[in-house]
Amino acid sequence: MTAYLKLDHIDKSFARGGQVSEVLKDIRLTIDKGEFVSIIGHSGCGKSTLLNLIAGLTKVSAGAVLLEDKEVDSPGPERAVVFQNHSLLPWLTVYENINLAVSKVFGGTKSRAERHDWIMRNLDLVQMAHAKDKRPAEISGGMKQRVGIARALAMEPKILLLDEPFGALDALTRAHLQDAVMDIHSRLGSTTIMITHDVDEAVLLSDRIVMMTNGPAATIGEVLAVPLARPRRRVELSSDRTFLRCREAVLKFLYERHRFVEAAE
Amino acid sequence: MSIQAIEDTKVKAFPAPAEPSKVIAFATKARRRFDPLAIVNKLASTLLPPAVVIVLMLVVWQVACSSPTSSLPPPSQVWNEAYDLIAHPFFDNGPQDIGLAWRVLISLQRVAIGFGLAAIVGVALGALVGQSVWAMRGLDPVFQILRTVPPLAWLPLSLAAFRDSSPSAIFVIFITSIWPVIINTAVGVRNIPEDYRNVSRILRLNQIEFFVKIMVPAAAPYIFTGLRIGIGLSWLAIVAAEMLTGGVGIGFFIWDAWNSSRLPDIIVALAYIGVTGFCLDRLVATVGTFVTRGTTAK
Repeated sequence: MTAYLKLDHIDKSFARGGQVSEVLKDIRLTIDKGEFVSIIGHSGCGKSTLLNLIAGLTKVSAGAVLLEDKEVDSPGPERAVVFQNHSLLPWLTVYENINLAVSKVFGGTKSRAERHDWIMRNLDLVQMAHAKDKRPAEISGGMKQRVGIARALAMEPKILLLDEPFGALDALTRAHLQDAVMDIHSRLGSTTIMITHDVDEAVLLSDRIVMMTNGPAATIGEVLAVPLARPRRRVELSSDRTFLRCREAVLKFLYERHRFVEAAE
Repeated sequence: MSIQAIEDTKVKAFPAPAEPSKVIAFATKARRRFDPLAIVNKLASTLLPPAVVIVLMLVVWQVACSSPTSSLPPPSQVWNEAYDLIAHPFFDNGPQDIGLAWRVLISLQRVAIGFGLAAIVGVALGALVGQSVWAMRGLDPVFQILRTVPPLAWLPLSLAAFRDSSPSAIFVIFITSIWPVIINTAVGVRNIPEDYRNVSRILRLNQIEFFVKIMVPAAAPYIFTGLRIGIGLSWLAIVAAEMLTGGVGIGFFIWDAWNSSRLPDIIVALAYIGVTGFCLDRLVATVGTFVTRGTTAK
């Protein structure tokens, strides 16, 4: 079987004022359908750049991103992104924000009533149907992020890309949203790639954790499989031996073998 | 009114409508109670200070100009001699003898055409300059130079080109008010957050969809700042232009009154112009707040 998503020897460098800085070097990774993969690494290691490459928002310098054996080099709704700061359009209501995506993606294939049902279904999925007529400024940060997830899901993406989706949230809200994401993943089986710098979050949510070395020219240092059964419950896992072992492995990678040295920047 | 609106959103912003805290419910109720004294207070505190200042100014003016050798008329003389103009803004005694309100309306019509064109062309050009680096590099220096040319300097050229006073006046308004619209729109477009652009790229919005659905709403606060400056400038330009081109506008009325030494009429016309300019500014500002509600809040 060929891989669902394949990152094939990707290099990425930015040229700035005659200086070329190499950000990513020789990234090789395959992801199966339905898999939940986290990418973890210290800040500045290029993990967001990697996500942007998969999203097609930035172009690779060498190598290729292959989705179902087809090269992708431009952004599209089949690779929906949930941005760290939600990126909802503040002049539209929650409903209209999702409608913008749905009418663009399904404008030709679904009728008006079907699109409405589809929007409401996705809002229900993130438990935000009650706020459909609110503007982003009127809802909390966690709720905005839920709507951001609903908007991405409403595009019916082949791959859901989460760019540090909970980074700006407080710990409790973050836990709620992690549960929501786990629930959605188990219900829809969506292939998901999540950027994070939170070790617990990575272990809790992922099937595999991709650990990045430090830049410049960062690459994949290690890939850790998380053999925990689903559904996972955070309270039980907090003393689970497999959970702790995985957590320790990631911590060791990040803080012993690839300790972040600020002076290297 | 505005306090009420804020309270409303606060109450609605609670995630679960189940049980809003009692203290908050109480405070809302207390503030919503109708209080005539508070309204009178509020009105007095907004209206009284300007009224006092105006009365004081009139008194000073009256004292300063009441000597028989004074070159300018005092307010009492203005009131007596220009009473017809003040009391009957809408009289109509034939083609050149009409009330000041009619004259203002005719001037406003010119402003509407000139400024309307400036708004449309300005937003389009501003979007182009804000969106494309090369358009900015090419056009921005030209705009920066042209925008400093005073309105009246355009008039001879415009008269030569159009050979008629009315389109010339409209062109002068257009060329005066377009620059702030262009420049502010360009800044607004340049400041559209990268995230919004990424959203539109992921959705594969085409150029037109991006312009209508992302660019214009995102830049709307900037666009309206430009429009507000623009309409102020256009009202400045119309009076100046009409003084030279003639016709029946309010600007020409002042010129005409000067030629026949009717100083009180000029003073009344000045008041009309000031009030109209103020209303125009407020109109654009109000439309702006209405249209851009929610866009500036993060």
